[in-house]
Amino acid sequence: MAERITLAHGGGGVQMQELIRRELLPACDETLGRALEDAALLPGAERIVLTTDSYVVRPAVFPGGDLGRLAVCGTVNDLAMRGAQPAYLSLGLIVEEGTEIELLRTVMRSVQKTCVETGVKLVTGDFKVVEKHSGDGIFANTTGVGFLRSRSAPSVSRARPGDKVLLNGPLGQHGVAILAARGELTLQATVESDCAPLSDLVEALLEAGGDGVHTLHDPTRGGLAAALNEIAQTAGVAVEVSERNFPRDPGVEGACDLLGLDRLQVANEGKLVALVAPEVAEPVLEAMRGHASGRQAALIGEALEGPAGRVTLRTVLGTRRIVDSPSGELLPRIC
Amino acid sequence: MPEEVALAKEVRALARQIARAVKKPVQFMEVCGTHAHAVGRLGLRQLLPEKLTLLSGPGCPVCVTPTGEIDWALELAATPEITVATFGDMIRVPGSRQSLADLRAQGANIQVVYSPMQALELAVEHSDRQWVFIGVGFETTAPTVAATIQTAARQGADNFSVLCCHKLIPPAMRALLAAGEVRIDGFLAPGHVSAILGLEPYQAVADEYHVPCVVAGFEAHDILRALLALARQVREKRAAVENEYERTVRPEGNPLARAVMEEVFEIVDARWRGLGVLPQSGYALREKYARFDAVRRYGLRPSNAGEHPLCHCGEVLRGVRRPLDCPAFADACTPEHPLGPCMVSSEGACAASYRYERIGK
Repeated sequence: MAERITLAHGGGGVQMQELIRRELLPACDETLGRALEDAALLPGAERIVLTTDSYVVRPAVFPGGDLGRLAVCGTVNDLAMRGAQPAYLSLGLIVEEGTEIELLRTVMRSVQKTCVETGVKLVTGDFKVVEKHSGDGIFANTTGVGFLRSRSAPSVSRARPGDKVLLNGPLGQHGVAILAARGELTLQATVESDCAPLSDLVEALLEAGGDGVHTLHDPTRGGLAAALNEIAQTAGVAVEVSERNFPRDPGVEGACDLLGLDRLQVANEGKLVALVAPEVAEPVLEAMRGHASGRQAALIGEALEGPAGRVTLRTVLGTRRIVDSPSGELLPRIC
Repeated sequence: MPEEVALAKEVRALARQIARAVKKPVQFMEVCGTHAHAVGRLGLRQLLPEKLTLLSGPGCPVCVTPTGEIDWALELAATPEITVATFGDMIRVPGSRQSLADLRAQGANIQVVYSPMQALELAVEHSDRQWVFIGVGFETTAPTVAATIQTAARQGADNFSVLCCHKLIPPAMRALLAAGEVRIDGFLAPGHVSAILGLEPYQAVADEYHVPCVVAGFEAHDILRALLALARQVREKRAAVENEYERTVRPEGNPLARAVMEEVFEIVDARWRGLGVLPQSGYALREKYARFDAVRRYGLRPSNAGEHPLCHCGEVLRGVRRPLDCPAFADACTPEHPLGPCMVSSEGACAASYRYERIGK
C-alpha cells in the first residue's frame, strides 16, 4: 500500500520530526547539521539569519489575532529565537477562489500593523489564486531575514546541564483560543490567543544574559512538551520542569481539563522557553518580567546531565512523570 | 497556589494512611481509562506502598472494541457514499489491515466529532450523503448516543445511522473474577459510569465474589481516598460497595439516562477484545430503531479478524500483563506505530504508561 501523508505528519510531534528527517532533510545543505533550529545562520554571510514559515490557521480570524498577525509574528519570532534582529519579510499568499476580498483586507491590515509594531519591513511578495476547494480561504507564507545581535547565536544544541529553564507566561492560550473560535466547544471563559512578537523581549533578555543565554525556542505546534523534547534530544541533556512554578491562566486550565488536553502539548504563539547559565538566570528573569510579554515569566526547571533526551515533570504532588512529545494529530491547522 | 499546597499535603497524608492500612500484599484494579491516565499523569503509583499493586483492567472503551468491529468502521469509511463520524480517539486504532487515519489519507470521508449530536447535525446539514456515527463507549457515552438516535427518529434523519459497539462494565468485572486468572482484591469503580448506573450493579460483584468495590473520582485525593477505603475493607475482611465520589455519583445513578438507553437499546451478548464473548455485556439497537443501525442497514458480516500476533492488548485488558512488562512496549509498539489500541487510544493503559511512566525504561 502506498504510504501517504496523514494529518499526524503535520502535528508538530514525533511523526513530523520523523518525516522531516527522512524526506526533507536529505535535500538540505549539510552544514545545517542534525539540529532543527527555528532559523538558519548563513555560512559566508555571518550576520544574516534566515527563516520561513507557512500559515494555514482555521479560522483566519480568531480572538487575539488573525492570519496576518500570526504570519508576521511567527516568522519574526523564529528569527528572534536565534538572537537575530528581524529586518525584512516576504509574503506569499495563496487564496481560494470565492474568498471575500474583505478577509484579504483584514489580513493585510494586520500584516502592515504588525510590521510597524516589530520594525520589520515587508519588501517582496507573491499572490496566487487557486480554484474553489483547492485551498481554504487564505494560506500565507512569510520568509524573514534578520541580523545577529551578537557573535554567539542561541541554539537548541547549546543547552548544558545546570542551565535554568525560563518561560515567559502561561501555556496553551493560542491552541485553546483557536478551538473555541471553531465553535467546537462552549467555554465559559473567553481565552485570547497569545499571538505576539517576541523580538523586543529577546533583545531585553539577551542584554541581561549575554552569552549565558544558551537556547531560545518558541513552543508553537506541539507546545512546551515538543519544544523541551527537541532541546533535550538535540543538546543531549535531560530536562526537568516543576508544575508548581508554571505561570497560570485559569481559563486555559479549565478548558484543558474539560477537553482532556495536556496544556504542555497545546500550541502557543507568543511564548518562548529559554535555557540560560545559572549565573544569569536571575537577571534574565528580571529583564523578562520588565517586558509586556514576560510579566508572568518564571523559572520552571533545569537541564540535567541525563539521560539524554528525557524530559520530566515534577507534579504539584511531588511525583515525577515523563513529558512526552505529542503523537498524532492534536489540532490540525492551529497555525 | 496555597490551595495546591494544601491539596498536596492532603494527598501525602492519604498516602501515609494507605501505607498503614496495607498489611499484606494487595492487588486492586481500576476499570476506567480516565483513572489509568490520571494515575499516570499524577504519578500516583509513586505514592503507593510497595505492597499495593494497582492494575489496569478493561476500562478503555476503544481498547475493548474487537478488531472485527474496528474493521466494520473501516469498511464503512471505505464506502464512497458514506461519511464516518467518530470521536478522535478511534482515528489511529489499527484494524486488521489499516486505521481510519490511513483511510482518510487515501481520501475516505472521516469526520472527527466531539459528540454524537454533532454528527447528527452534520448529517442533517449534508443530507446528500450517508452519515454513520461510530458508537464506542461504556454506560457513560451510551445515553448520549441513545438520545441522538431518538432525535434522529423524531427528525426523520434517514441518512444517519450508528455503528453500535457500546459495552457494559459490570459484566466485564464479573467475567474477570469468574475467570480467576488474576487476583483482584478490590475494584476502583469508575466515576463517570457510576454516575449513570449508581451503586446497585456493583453489589452483585461484591456479594458473589466477596470483592469490595469503591467508586472513585479523578483527582489525586479522590483516587487515594478510594484506595484507602479498599485497603481498609481488605484489612477488615469486608466486601462492600462504597462511594468516594459523592459530589457526582448518587446511589441511584441517573435513572433518566438509563431510561433513554432502555428505550433505544437492548442488552445483548458482545465480543470484547481479550475477553471473548461475554453474556449480556453489550448494547444493540432495538427493532424499533433498526433503520438507524449501521450493521443492519449495510449488512455488515461478523468477522473473525484476529489481533496482531505480537500484540498483547488482550492480556493488558485482563490485567494479566502490565504495559511496562509487555515485550512489545516502546519497542515493536509505540504511539506512532501501534500494534493494538491500548497504545494509541487516549484512554489506553499502554498509552498512559508510555506517556507518563517510562522513567526507568
